[in-house]
Amino acid sequence: MGVTRRGPLPGDGDPAYDVVVVGAGVVGAAIARALARHPLRVALVDAADDVGDGTSKANTAILHTGFDAVPGTLEARLVREGHRLLDAYARQTGIPVEPLGALLVAWDEQQRAALPRLAQKAERNGHRTTRLLSAPELALREPHLGAGALAALEVPGESVICPWTTTLAYATQAVRSGVDLHLSCRVEEVRPGDPYHRLVTRRGVLGARHLVNACGLHADGFDALLGRADFTVTPRRGQLVVFDKFARDLVRHILLPVPGPLGKGVLVSPTVYGNVMLGPTAEDLDDKTATGTTAEGLAGLREQGGRILPALLDEEVTAVYAGLRAATGQEDYRIAAHPALRYVTVGGIRSTGLTASLAIADHVLGLLADCGLDPGPERPLAPVRMPNLGESFPRPYRDAGLIARNAEFGAIVCHCERVTRGEIRAAFTSTIPPAGPDGLRRRTRARGGRCQGHFCGAELRALSEEYGEGTR
Amino acid sequence: MTRTVDVLVVGAGPAGLAAAAGLAAAGAGRVEVLERETDAGGVPRHCVRPGFGSDALGRPLDGPAYARRAVRAASRAGATVRTGVSATGWAAPLTLDVTAPTGLERIRARAVVLATGARERPRSARLVPGSRPAGVLTTGELQRTVARFGARAGLAGRRAVVVGGDPVARHAVRTLREAGAVVAAVVCERPGTATALGVGGAFATPVPVLSGTVVTELTGRGRLTGVAVRAGDGRTAVLRCDTVVFTGDWIPDHELVRLLGVPLAPGTRGPVTDGDFRTAEPGVFAVGNLLHGGEPARRAAAEGRAVVGAVLARLAGRPWPAGGVPVATEGPLRWVTPGLLGPAPVPGTSEAVSLPPPVPAPPVPLLVRPERRLVRPVLTVRQGDVLLGRERLAATLVPWRSVRLGPWWTDGVDGAGGPVVVAAEE
Repeated sequence: MGVTRRGPLPGDGDPAYDVVVVGAGVVGAAIARALARHPLRVALVDAADDVGDGTSKANTAILHTGFDAVPGTLEARLVREGHRLLDAYARQTGIPVEPLGALLVAWDEQQRAALPRLAQKAERNGHRTTRLLSAPELALREPHLGAGALAALEVPGESVICPWTTTLAYATQAVRSGVDLHLSCRVEEVRPGDPYHRLVTRRGVLGARHLVNACGLHADGFDALLGRADFTVTPRRGQLVVFDKFARDLVRHILLPVPGPLGKGVLVSPTVYGNVMLGPTAEDLDDKTATGTTAEGLAGLREQGGRILPALLDEEVTAVYAGLRAATGQEDYRIAAHPALRYVTVGGIRSTGLTASLAIADHVLGLLADCGLDPGPERPLAPVRMPNLGESFPRPYRDAGLIARNAEFGAIVCHCERVTRGEIRAAFTSTIPPAGPDGLRRRTRARGGRCQGHFCGAELRALSEEYGEGTR
Repeated sequence: MTRTVDVLVVGAGPAGLAAAAGLAAAGAGRVEVLERETDAGGVPRHCVRPGFGSDALGRPLDGPAYARRAVRAASRAGATVRTGVSATGWAAPLTLDVTAPTGLERIRARAVVLATGARERPRSARLVPGSRPAGVLTTGELQRTVARFGARAGLAGRRAVVVGGDPVARHAVRTLREAGAVVAAVVCERPGTATALGVGGAFATPVPVLSGTVVTELTGRGRLTGVAVRAGDGRTAVLRCDTVVFTGDWIPDHELVRLLGVPLAPGTRGPVTDGDFRTAEPGVFAVGNLLHGGEPARRAAAEGRAVVGAVLARLAGRPWPAGGVPVATEGPLRWVTPGLLGPAPVPGTSEAVSLPPPVPAPPVPLLVRPERRLVRPVLTVRQGDVLLGRERLAATLVPWRSVRLGPWWTDGVDGAGGPVVVAAEE
């Protein structure tokens, strides 16, 4: 069955699934992948027409160490475990990761005074490799830093990662290992039952013995469908500015702000695609669809970015976007099993969800067992190797052997990001093909560069019509 | 394996093709043009409208015909024009790494002419806030799409807003209409007297022109639903549309220049060159809209022709001049090219030589772009206290057209003196 995006759902609720995971973001996809290790009938469903189309696609793309988590919390533990698991998984599957390390830069005395406390906190979280840097040491490490940097705390291990490839790798591996992925499939009603819950979706009914809520921003809304009201998700908007690749040489580490009473500040970070990212803002909103940027937000970011890295503002802006974090008013995840309902809620996964995803998935498997799920024996997952989108790893356009075997990998279509015709075709024939230009960009980087389609838009459209036939 | 040619031209648009044609005809040896797109000819390929001069019989040429002629002229002169070939970076001085369906190559040249053109700034680079829906594009993408698919209905939406006040905005309106879209309005930041669009856009079927108005937000999920605007008097409105075309606001496509590390001119963001189109890197020249963006094909082609002499001198072993006098603007002028007035090169064979002062810099024409509409301005060119030229122009200058100052304006520049400043006042 694999991936469906349209038409009535197969079977109309029968035969039912052992587990249905609702929400195909990075967390839901990780859970589906973990379940795929077992001889279970599993479905992963999402309202959007692609995986990772909500918070998972618009974040700061950092693989955190968890050095600054609140010690003793579930989040602290899962981030620490998740960092280790995802780091290894990324190497295995070709997800681009760069372990640049982070510098928490202090710009005033108060922030400088906070650095030793942050080092102690890191130690309580199991990170003993942090180091205080003096102003001259810092200037050597980051020669383009703005005036007034007093000191920094170095946190080795903080990395940048490709969030799109991560979600796609989990979902691809899940589907190849037997999970059904139903997209454009919003769940509108849940009729709890025994032995099966019935999920009424826009495309028909799904039966589910066990249910996982990985709805991110909408986790509270889905809880409500099952009569639960344990927490409220307040979307916290983060606007981000991505600068041109010409800015990449300006910064070597992930530059983190020192949290203080005057707010959290913004970070400046390289991306695995070779750009530099600035942000995020933190705005508490009511609207869970307010992923637009604002004039004030962008102006504020540029002002702060100009103080951190003045030369940044001389470069062109390649992209601006905003994502929404799922804040719940509690400094921890809200992961809970409801055994009577054979239901697990995975809520309040804030900005660390990408890092913790694999650990969250293992944790949820345990909770499902508490809810009566017998996963059965474990078996190996289908292997997966993802196309590389990272600038620090070999790209097809420089691969003589690949081009010799298939000339399409020598035909650059998106010139700014150097995406070849071969990569476009491969995306459309992959396990989970893109549903549109945004999905294609997240799979290949095509149209994601400085021209934003000025040169390549028409050609990409033609290729999408040629290769995308039958997938949409 | 490195292959060697005499001249490598990067970019087969009007400037690159004119340079290649001139060089091949002048016996420069093996002249090779690299074009990353599947067809040579550059931007005119997509401009199906008159305004590209005329053929030998006096019949007007449209963009595609102009492009075909330029490609033919270069090929007939003996240049090799290769398409679908991307120069991706510098392997060594004067040596480019190249990707093509036929494989990877490393090409070394005795001289490199960069003619990579310019692009319109997209929405993101203009920092326009709002959502990120489909239906947001530049004139370049619009014209390429229509050229690629034919003017089929719905190709560019049903109802469009065009942003910008340069002539390219008029071309966008025309292309949208050909593709069956209704143009709801043209929105331009400059006041009405400073746009290339008269009342109704000067179209037989008028289009509302909202001058002195800025785009404040894009709305819509999935597809664009509207463009929020604010007029100079503070009034706001939302223009309902499913397509918005951002026009003009050119920036040189200068990746190879940046990778080379040569200085950029602040006004144009193109490489600084001297009057003979030499960059700071010995052997590397730059011509066309890579230098300034937004100039018409004939100007780009003229620069391509004008570089020939200096390239031939380079091939003949003449030294690469170092130093030179910077040229800057003052007052309501956006940019000037060239950015450097070089000392006259002296015979010899060494790579870069500093010349003993004082030396007169050879007079060259200047290209100057005003920032706003200037009615009969007084232009001056000075070097320190020395007034080199001063003249009240008879014409009104407009921000979408450059004015060429003849070589006499720079006659008498001291090649060892301070910066030359071009200024304008009304």
